[in-house]
Amino acid sequence: MTEKTVVNDLKDVTVRFSGDSGDGMQLSGTLFSTLSAILGNEIATFPDYPAEIRAPKGTPQGVSGFQVRIGSHDVYNAGDKTDVLVAMNPAALKVNAGNLKKHSIVIYDSDSFQKKDLEKAGFKTDDPFQELNLNSVQVIPVAITSLTKAALEDMDVDNRIVLRSKNMFALGVVCWLFNRPADIAERLLKEKFGKRPLVFQANVKAFLAGYNYGNNTHLTASTYRIETVNNEKGFYIDINGNLATAYGLIAAAEKANLQLFLGSYPITPASEILHELAKRKDFGVKALQMEDEIAGISTAIGASFAGHLAATSTSGPGLALKSEALNLAVMLELPLVVIDVQRAGPSTGMPTKSEQTDLNMALYGRNGESPLVVIAAFSPTDCFDAAFWASKLAIEHMTPVVLLTDGYIANGSSAWKIPNMNDYPKIVPPYVQKHFDGNPSTWKPYLRDEKTLVRYWAVPGTPGYMHRIGGLEKDYYTGVISTDPDNHQRMVKTRQEKIDKIADFIPEQEVWGDQNADTLIVGWGGTYGHLFEAVKKIRKAGKKAAFTQFKFIAPLPKNTEEILRKYKKIIVAEENNGQFASYLQGKFKNLPLYRFNRITGQPFRIEELVKEFIQIIEE
Amino acid sequence: METNLTSQKHTPKDYKNGSAVRWCPGCGDHAILNCLHKAFAELNLEPHEIAVISGIGCSSRLPYYMNTYGLHGIHGRAAAIATGVKVANPDLSVWVTTGDGDSLAIGGNHFIHAIRRNVDINIILFNNKIYGLTKGQYSPTSEKGFISKSSPYGTVEEPFNPAELCFGARGTFFGRAIDVDLNNLTDLLTASAKHKGTAVVEVLQNCVIFNNGIHSKITDKAYRPERTIWLQHGKKMLFGFNNEKGIVADANLQLKAVTIGQDGYTLDDVLVHDAATKDSTLHLKLAQMGCDNDLPVALGVIRDVEAPTFENEYEKQIEEVQKKMPVKSFTEFLMNSKNMWELK
Ligand SMILES: Cc1ncc(C[n+]2csc(CCOP(=O)(O)OP(=O)(O)O)c2C)c(N)n1
Ligand code: SF4
Ligand SMILES: [Mg+2]
Repeated sequence: MTEKTVVNDLKDVTVRFSGDSGDGMQLSGTLFSTLSAILGNEIATFPDYPAEIRAPKGTPQGVSGFQVRIGSHDVYNAGDKTDVLVAMNPAALKVNAGNLKKHSIVIYDSDSFQKKDLEKAGFKTDDPFQELNLNSVQVIPVAITSLTKAALEDMDVDNRIVLRSKNMFALGVVCWLFNRPADIAERLLKEKFGKRPLVFQANVKAFLAGYNYGNNTHLTASTYRIETVNNEKGFYIDINGNLATAYGLIAAAEKANLQLFLGSYPITPASEILHELAKRKDFGVKALQMEDEIAGISTAIGASFAGHLAATSTSGPGLALKSEALNLAVMLELPLVVIDVQRAGPSTGMPTKSEQTDLNMALYGRNGESPLVVIAAFSPTDCFDAAFWASKLAIEHMTPVVLLTDGYIANGSSAWKIPNMNDYPKIVPPYVQKHFDGNPSTWKPYLRDEKTLVRYWAVPGTPGYMHRIGGLEKDYYTGVISTDPDNHQRMVKTRQEKIDKIADFIPEQEVWGDQNADTLIVGWGGTYGHLFEAVKKIRKAGKKAAFTQFKFIAPLPKNTEEILRKYKKIIVAEENNGQFASYLQGKFKNLPLYRFNRITGQPFRIEELVKEFIQIIEE
Repeated sequence: METNLTSQKHTPKDYKNGSAVRWCPGCGDHAILNCLHKAFAELNLEPHEIAVISGIGCSSRLPYYMNTYGLHGIHGRAAAIATGVKVANPDLSVWVTTGDGDSLAIGGNHFIHAIRRNVDINIILFNNKIYGLTKGQYSPTSEKGFISKSSPYGTVEEPFNPAELCFGARGTFFGRAIDVDLNNLTDLLTASAKHKGTAVVEVLQNCVIFNNGIHSKITDKAYRPERTIWLQHGKKMLFGFNNEKGIVADANLQLKAVTIGQDGYTLDDVLVHDAATKDSTLHLKLAQMGCDNDLPVALGVIRDVEAPTFENEYEKQIEEVQKKMPVKSFTEFLMNSKNMWELK
């Protein structure tokens, strides 16, 4: 999977607030644009008044809007198409539908999308999005009216003021989504309503309620698109990383002729994997929401023992809880896919922000010598391939695999060419009946294939192969509990060697760009798109640079050292404090490493990458 | 769980494997192991259709002594692991062997949630009121004031009664037995296997090394008939050396132990045990009987009610969904996506 990707940071965003003329959309829009200007964005605005001043409420003729385009430079017009629409009623959706970009975000007041509202706006069904053919927009329903009412409940203001504060609630939600600080908005409201304290208070309250709602519900909207530059003919769908991960597991289960099991516990930004697999009962997927993350992985281990392709999905805090059970899977040598959608830590950190800070935990976060496979996905669509690979290696090598994605690619979406599953490799479980060529009475649970060191899978229910496995060290030959010193050393080495040998079964590492450059830019996982763009720009500027992105982290591809030794300077760029760089340094002595680390919770900024990389190249 | 009718009758030794049993001599765990072998034979289960799952503790060593499939897990997580096994393959007979620390301290959460879901697994809870494997700390079932290595001046906390937790989690089966009464223990294990849903069997087990005699107040032959009552569904709640005593309820539903023929009580006043009633009020009261309220400790099947099992409900839902959305290949599924487009 080396598809070319282009990152579309929506730094240029066009936001449109739209509702009835009485809904105060002009004010929301003005405040949002002023706020953005204060933050250093260039802005262009475009107020848009109703066609008929006295049109009946809730009808398309009465819709009023305000469009703001914010950007980092050269914003000359208000943008012709909308990225984010705030629709206070169905009529507003209807009027603006034709102007929405394909993957735009629609935040709407679900309280005013009731049957009668839909009728007033001329909809014929109860699914206005379907009716307008808006299948690819990201829809965010928020009960704006009732939440605003609730927020102002304890204030002594009349209903008119309450309803007029809805626009501030909506503004609060948008400010949360776009990282606009609440205190500046408050200041602006003070300037506007300072003379009418009650109105001011109501507005601020509604605004903060909207802002906090976004925060509390971990509202995220993907404001990034990662376009796949893929001119291949074929059928495409739009997919985000979490969905692609779920699909990768389903596809692998089908290839392996196994049933898929997921044991999970909700957590931002990984829950969507659980949601999708819970839906996929049509494929017979068993997706269990357990009482905690430990139970999530424990049920998965049980299901794996019982012969399913078992997975568990989580984010950093959940992976921390799973570590003891993950270690059990290492000792049991059972297939297991553990998905960590990384988010900003430590502890609860910044749940809706993305980082690459769980690499060390994936590699080392367990007691004892505990080797396993670590894979990291490049992009939303690559999550499919990465999840497929994770399942294949887990099953064929009887090992847990940690698949690292991150909040950015998990929520980010891109066009995905529907794959031809014949292009994907077979997955062959090492069933004891098929692969162990002895009779059951000579078989022992930890006998291994000589070449791969993989033990065989004897699934409960199979006559003749009853056996016991557990977390205690066992004898190399008999599989019986053992504390023999030499045996333990041998088992530790063997478990490591088994994982190391997987390097023979994964693709070699590739280098893009100028093979003969002095400088190699190294990344891993979800930063692929940004680094690729940066390298392109550097080469366009006439500098030489080579680039390699790692998907297989443990074990590393066989030719890794050979590649690294070719370059005078190696820049390892990652969204953490240098975890992968240290990992490489530990494996290969005296590498000429430069570290580029950003730990902001935000994706890399391409201009910044280009600038700093060129400095190092020219040094 | 299907038993193979064509195969010949199994005997207890079919479920034993050759490994040396490493529990201390005189430990109650030996008895539980033997009774389980016997129960399996009585149920005529195929060894390859049984999975015994455990956590960590002396009690959790049991799977190593079985000629079945077995998984010795990590501390406290056996109920969750067993849930995964059972949901993945509902045809297996799935057992959990666990200790009072394993299930009620570190694994308390999984214990109650397995019960709440009513997964069809059988949990044998070895209650020795001590941490055996870690050499003698108090456990969540140790009585208040209990002196142990980690409570040298006596504990200042109240214990759990496992039955209360079970009923609190809306459990469908709870039984209790003592390790020294092999026949009854075997019967109880057999009954628990026949129950569809999570069955909890609490075995009052003696740890000879770290808590010797903790249950002897009721298990000693000299007192047992007076201090325990073996409950049987549909039978009068009688006990005593000559079954001369019975359990009656007063107008406030307070239970009382009486002697038939004394104070005006007749056999007709003695309660009949109904393990199958959904209402757990009386089951709870029975499970709470003990020396501190001058009542005999209830043994046998205290509660055994019918309810849908988790894995059956889950399978049913899959079937329903598949009826509406017939199973396709993954590629076909994608080709039916709502938002698909073609690049020509
Ligand atoms: C995570 C973890 N914490 C602590 C332990 C140590 N430990 C092992 S068994 C045990 C308690 C055992 O008591 P119980 O469950 O009552 O079993 P018993 O030995 O009495 O049968 C403890 C604390 C462990 N193995 N793992
Ligand atoms: S320590 Fe106690 S519970 Fe453990 S084996 Fe010995 S007697 Fe049994
Ligand atoms: Mg104990």
